[in-house]
Amino acid sequence: MRRALTLIALTLFAAACAVAEPENPQSLRLLAHDSFAAGVSDDTFADFTDSTGIEVEVIAGSDAGSMVNQAVLSKDNPLADVIFGVDDTFLSRAVDEGILLEYESQLSDRVPEDLFRGARGQVTPIDYGDVCINYAKEWFETSGIPVPVTLDQLREPTYADVLTVEHPATSSPGLAFMLATIALYGEEGWLDFWADLEAGGVGVVPDWDTAYYADFTPYGGTSAMVVSYASSPPAEVIYATEPIDEAPTGVIEAGCYRQVEYAGILDGTSYPDAAGQLIDFMLSVEFQETIPLTWFVFPANQDAELPAVFVEHTTLPESPAHLDPAVIAENRDRWIDQWVSVMEG
Amino acid sequence: MRGVRWGWVLVAAVPTLFIGYFFVYPLVRILSLGLSELDIRSIGVEARLLKVGWFTLWQASVSTVLTLLVAAPMTWAVSNFEFRGRRLATALVTVPFVLPTVVVGTAFVALGWRDSIVAILAAHVFFNVAVVVRTVGTLWGRLDPNLHDAARVLGAGEWRVFRTVTLPLLRPAIAAAASIVFLFTFTSFGVVLILGGFHYATLEVEIYRQAVTLFDVQLAAVLAVVQLVGVTAALYAYSRFQERHTTTWALRTDQDRERPVGVTRLLAIGSVAATLIALAAPLAVLVGRSLGAGSYRGLFDSDRVVGTPIASVANSMVFAIIATLLATTIGLMAAAVITGRRGGLSRWFDLTLMLPLGTSAVTIGFGFIVALGWPVDLRASFVLIPIAHALVAIPFVVRSTVPTLRSIPGDMREAAAVMGASPGRVWREIDLPMVARAALVGAGFAFVISLGEFGATSFIARPNTATVPVMIFRLLSRPGPASFGMAMALSVVLAAVTAGVVMWIDRARVGEIGRF
Repeated sequence: MRRALTLIALTLFAAACAVAEPENPQSLRLLAHDSFAAGVSDDTFADFTDSTGIEVEVIAGSDAGSMVNQAVLSKDNPLADVIFGVDDTFLSRAVDEGILLEYESQLSDRVPEDLFRGARGQVTPIDYGDVCINYAKEWFETSGIPVPVTLDQLREPTYADVLTVEHPATSSPGLAFMLATIALYGEEGWLDFWADLEAGGVGVVPDWDTAYYADFTPYGGTSAMVVSYASSPPAEVIYATEPIDEAPTGVIEAGCYRQVEYAGILDGTSYPDAAGQLIDFMLSVEFQETIPLTWFVFPANQDAELPAVFVEHTTLPESPAHLDPAVIAENRDRWIDQWVSVMEG
Repeated sequence: MRGVRWGWVLVAAVPTLFIGYFFVYPLVRILSLGLSELDIRSIGVEARLLKVGWFTLWQASVSTVLTLLVAAPMTWAVSNFEFRGRRLATALVTVPFVLPTVVVGTAFVALGWRDSIVAILAAHVFFNVAVVVRTVGTLWGRLDPNLHDAARVLGAGEWRVFRTVTLPLLRPAIAAAASIVFLFTFTSFGVVLILGGFHYATLEVEIYRQAVTLFDVQLAAVLAVVQLVGVTAALYAYSRFQERHTTTWALRTDQDRERPVGVTRLLAIGSVAATLIALAAPLAVLVGRSLGAGSYRGLFDSDRVVGTPIASVANSMVFAIIATLLATTIGLMAAAVITGRRGGLSRWFDLTLMLPLGTSAVTIGFGFIVALGWPVDLRASFVLIPIAHALVAIPFVVRSTVPTLRSIPGDMREAAAVMGASPGRVWREIDLPMVARAALVGAGFAFVISLGEFGATSFIARPNTATVPVMIFRLLSRPGPASFGMAMALSVVLAAVTAGVVMWIDRARVGEIGRF
C-alpha cells in the first residue's frame, strides 16, 4: 500500500514538474470567450504555428464577464498564457485585479488611439463592434411609419412599443445600450429616457438570442426594432436561406455604443515572449482581415481591409458613444440597480 | 471475511473520492474564498433577497406538485399496460428534458406564453414530466400484481386499492422523482429569465448576477450558502420521509404487461395521448421552424465560423458515453452503500451525492477553476466535461435504483448468505437482477443529461470542442435565417437522437439477468 502511494506521489510530482518547465513552448494556451472560440478552426492560427513552431490551444470560457472572473480566480496559477475578449466594460476589472502583464505590441501604432481607452501598454485592442438598434425594413415600409433617426423619437409610444432591449445585468449588448444612453443623456437625464420607454411599452429580454429570434418581426415576433450590432445586417445577407441583394434589416445610427475587445498576457505565464508574439500575430493584417467574416466585428488595425459585403450592407456610425472603463467599473452596479428600479417598478 | 471488508471499502471509496474531489472540495474552496473576507455586518438582509429566496422556494414546490399531477396518468398507463407505441411514448417524453432552455424558451414565446408565472410553471412541467414517468414508472411496472388482485378479491374498489396498496408502495419512487424535480426547479435559471419577464428571480439568477456581472464574490458565496442550506433541508426531509415509508415487497422482474381492455383501454391510451399532445405544442413550433430551406442540409456543410454543425453530435456522443459509464458505475456503488448501511452516515452520504443537482452552475464552474489546478491541472481538460455531466447524472442513477434496492426483502439476501454465498455473490445474484432495469433507467437519464447539459459546462473553462447544446447556442448567437434554421434543425436532431437512444436502452436486457 505504502509503495503504491509513493508511486502515485512520484508520478504526480513528475507531472507537476513537466508542466512547470520554462523551456521554449510547444504550445500556448489562449483563454477566450465562447463567441471567439466558436470561430476558431485549424486554419485560424496555422500561419502562426508555421512561422514560430508554437501551437495555439484555445480554452473556451463562457461569456466575457465569466471569462474575466475565471482569470481573476486563477491568478495564482493561471489557466492560460494569453487572454482575449476582455471588452471595455470589463477592462477595469482585469487591470485592477492585476491579472495582466504589461505589453505593448510593435503594431499598436496602427490602432486608432481612442480604441485603447487609456489602457495602452496593458492590453492590445484586437477588434471592435458597434452595438446599435436594428430595424426591420419591411415593417416600416408596410406601416408607413418613418424609421426613427434620434433616440428621443423612441420616447414616443409608437416606437417604444415596437422596441426590444436586452437586460443590462445579463446581456453584453444590453449593458452597452444602457451605457450609450448614459453617455448621451448624462446622469441627470438617462433615467427619464428609460422611464418614457417603459411607459411606452418597451420589451425587455435576458439575452440577444431572445431579442433577435423571438421578438424581432423578421422572425415572427412583434418588435420592429431590437438592440443588436452594426454588423448584423451583413450577417443577414451572408446567412440568408436564398441569396439576397439587400439586407432585410438596417441600422439606426443614433444610440450606438462602441465595444472594444482586448488581448492581454496573463501574469504568471512561463512564456511571456511567446505570448507577445501571439498578440502581435492577432494584430497582423493577415489575421485582422479574417476577423469580419468570422466574428462579425471590425478589425482594430486600420491597415486591414473590410470585405465587400461589410462595406455594402453595414453603416458604421459616425460617432458611437463610449465611456471611460474606470467610470464604468465605478458605477456599473449603481446604474444597473437604478435601471432596474425604473424598469421593474 | 477480510476480503469481504476490502470489497466494501472499495465500493464506498470510489463514490466518496469522486464526489469529494470533484464536488465537495471545489465547493469548499470557492465558498471559503468568498466567505474568508466576509464582514457579516456588511450584508444587509435586503427585502429583495428575502423575496428572491421565497420565490425560489415556492415556485419549486408548486412546480414539483404540478409535475407529479400532470405526469401521473401517463405513468399509470405506461407502467401497467402494454399497447402499441408504449415504448415510443416513454421515449418521447424524455425529449423535452434534453432541449436547451433557450430553444424551448423561444418556442414558448412564439406560442405567446411569456411574462408570467404561469409560463414559468408550464415550462418547468414541460421539462420534468419525464423524470416522474420514468422514475415512478420503473417501480410501478414491477409491483407484484398479486397484491392488487388479492385486495380486489377481498372486495376493495380500484380507487381504494390504489390509495391503500399501490400508493404506499410507490411512495419511495414518488419521493425520489419529486426530490429531483424540486432540485431542478429550485436552481432554475434560463426559464425564469426568458419567460418571467424580469418580474421574478431565483437564487440561481441572483448568484449569477452577483458572481458574474458584479463579481461580488462575498455576496455570491453567501447566496450560494443559502441555496445549499435550502437544498440540504429539503433533501434531509426527503430522506427521513423515504426511510420511514419504505415498504419491502418482492418485486417481479420485468414481466409482460397486460393489454388494457374496455374503459381501461380508453383511459390508458387517452392519458398517454393527452400528455404527449400537451408536450407536443412547443416541439411542433420547433420542428416547423427547422423546416426552412436547407436547414438540415446545412448541418452537414462546413461553415467557416462554427465548423460542421453535425460533427457536434459525435462529440456529444463521446462525452455522453464516458459520462454514462462514470455515472452508472459510481451511482450503483453509491446505491449499494446507501442501501447496505442504514443510519446517519448513509443518509448524509446520499444527501451529498444529490447536492450537485441543487448547486448553482456558477458555483461549481468557479469552484473547478479555484480547486482543480493542482497537483494535476485538470482545468480546461477534456475529462472535466464528462465529469461535470456525471456529477449531475449520478443522482438520477442513485434515485432510480435505491427504491428498487430497498424493496428487496432482507430475508432473501440472508437466505443466500446462510447458504454460503459471499456478499459479492449475493449482490450479483439477488440485487443486480432486480436492480438492472432501474439501473438502465438511470443510465438512460445519465446519457440524456450529458447530451443536453449546457448550464454547468458553460461555466467551466473547457477545450474548444463543441457539444450539441454548445453548437446550438453558437448558431443562435449570430443573425440570419440560415443560422436560425440550422439551430432549430440541430435541436430536432438532438431530440431524435435522444428518443432513439432512450428507446434502445429501454429495449436492452442485460444479458441473462433481468429474468429468472
